[in-house]
Amino acid sequence: MSYLHEGIVWLNDPLNWSNPGGLLDRLTEHLLISLWAVLLGCAVGWPVGIWLGHRGRGGGAVITVANLTLAIPTLALLTILPLTPLGFGKPPVVVALAVFAVPPLLANAYTGLRSVDPETREAARGMGLSGGQLLRQVELPLAVPYLAAGLRTAAVQVVATAALAALVNGGGLGQIISAGFGIGMSNGGGGQIVAGGLAVALLALLVEALLALVQRLVTPPALRARKRRRTGVTVTTG
Amino acid sequence: MLTPVAAPAGDGPGNPWFSWRYVHENADTIGEALRFHAGLTAQTVLLALVVAVPLAVVAYWIKPLTAPILALSGILYTIPSLALLSLLAPLLGTTSTTSVLVALVMYALLVLVRNSLAGLTQVPPEVIDAATGMGYSRSGRLLRVELPLALPGILTGLRLATVSTVALVTVGSLIGQGGLGDLILGGFRNNFYKAEILTGTVLCVGLALVLDLLLAGLGRLLTPWTRGRAT
Repeated sequence: MSYLHEGIVWLNDPLNWSNPGGLLDRLTEHLLISLWAVLLGCAVGWPVGIWLGHRGRGGGAVITVANLTLAIPTLALLTILPLTPLGFGKPPVVVALAVFAVPPLLANAYTGLRSVDPETREAARGMGLSGGQLLRQVELPLAVPYLAAGLRTAAVQVVATAALAALVNGGGLGQIISAGFGIGMSNGGGGQIVAGGLAVALLALLVEALLALVQRLVTPPALRARKRRRTGVTVTTG
Repeated sequence: MLTPVAAPAGDGPGNPWFSWRYVHENADTIGEALRFHAGLTAQTVLLALVVAVPLAVVAYWIKPLTAPILALSGILYTIPSLALLSLLAPLLGTTSTTSVLVALVMYALLVLVRNSLAGLTQVPPEVIDAATGMGYSRSGRLLRVELPLALPGILTGLRLATVSTVALVTVGSLIGQGGLGDLILGGFRNNFYKAEILTGTVLCVGLALVLDLLLAGLGRLLTPWTRGRAT
């Protein structure tokens, strides 16, 4: 595993971390892009999913949207969006990633609201709660585990796909990898390629672990016992 | 940051989103990319299927292995495709299709194992009891009863794996082995040649939808008993 060794050597050089365009720069860029994409995805996916779930309609449409986005290559959106009025730079990258964050957020919000026990809903109605009160005081608190599960899936997905932005010079940690390929294997780029790959993989696993913890913390103990694990749609990291 | 320059010469005014002239003049390249894309997808899905179903059966038969197999697949699934490819490429060759194929098989494998296992565990216990009572051996029961009943789950996994593989092949353009993804990235590098980008994208999405429909049709043929049942 000489390549793995070269990767470790590359990672052990402090200059590779602190350089302009080094690991730290790219990591910050990666996290900022991902943060904005997830926020944008939440701003779109949650209200729509919650509203549809509250009204109990549009389940078929939610699944269709989720399945359709599976067929769109991330690379295609990353190359097409800069040519739209969004212009060049970070905004098209953020929007492209947000498109893939919406399905898990939407589907889990919808499932979460639909999975509230109809008897609970009935009881709340019987106590005289209006539609809005029912949503805020009963349905949303009970759907929190699902919302958290959606957030976790979406965030991991975004952090993973943000690496692809490098293919179109969009920044982020993937840039380390593409720069490594730019140097070429014969000129010692192998170490940088492996180091970039390791960094991207570790970041994704770290985000996954962190958000799994968050998901556990926001799930009330009573709901935890029923062993609700990750639910809803799983979407490929692409 | 790259900035958009004028459209490539000889394309008339502007930089259209679609151009028959481009398609006509590059029919060979486009056809080759499409063939490569479809071929790589087929290889990936078949290889993954051959490995995934036995693995799911092992996880189904040996209960203590179920949780570790699912946990491992979950962790592997979290690893971004670009990272996996960049870790595999230096080992398997930076210009070879093998690197892309191995990465793709790993992702497809995970979808297939999960869905096959879900299909197998959904076989009702009464059915298994009845089959045992009729004198089926464990392997006979698997082949004649459990696997056929798990077929809807396996087919769902197959469709998901196929559609996501078609989209994922484009990531291979990192090392110039991306099929239609090479067209998309090529258009990007070729002064943002919109016609090339959009042709690649449309063919890619189209290929995914066609394969999905084909598999859905195959599923209807293979599981006639699910027809007419309200789902």
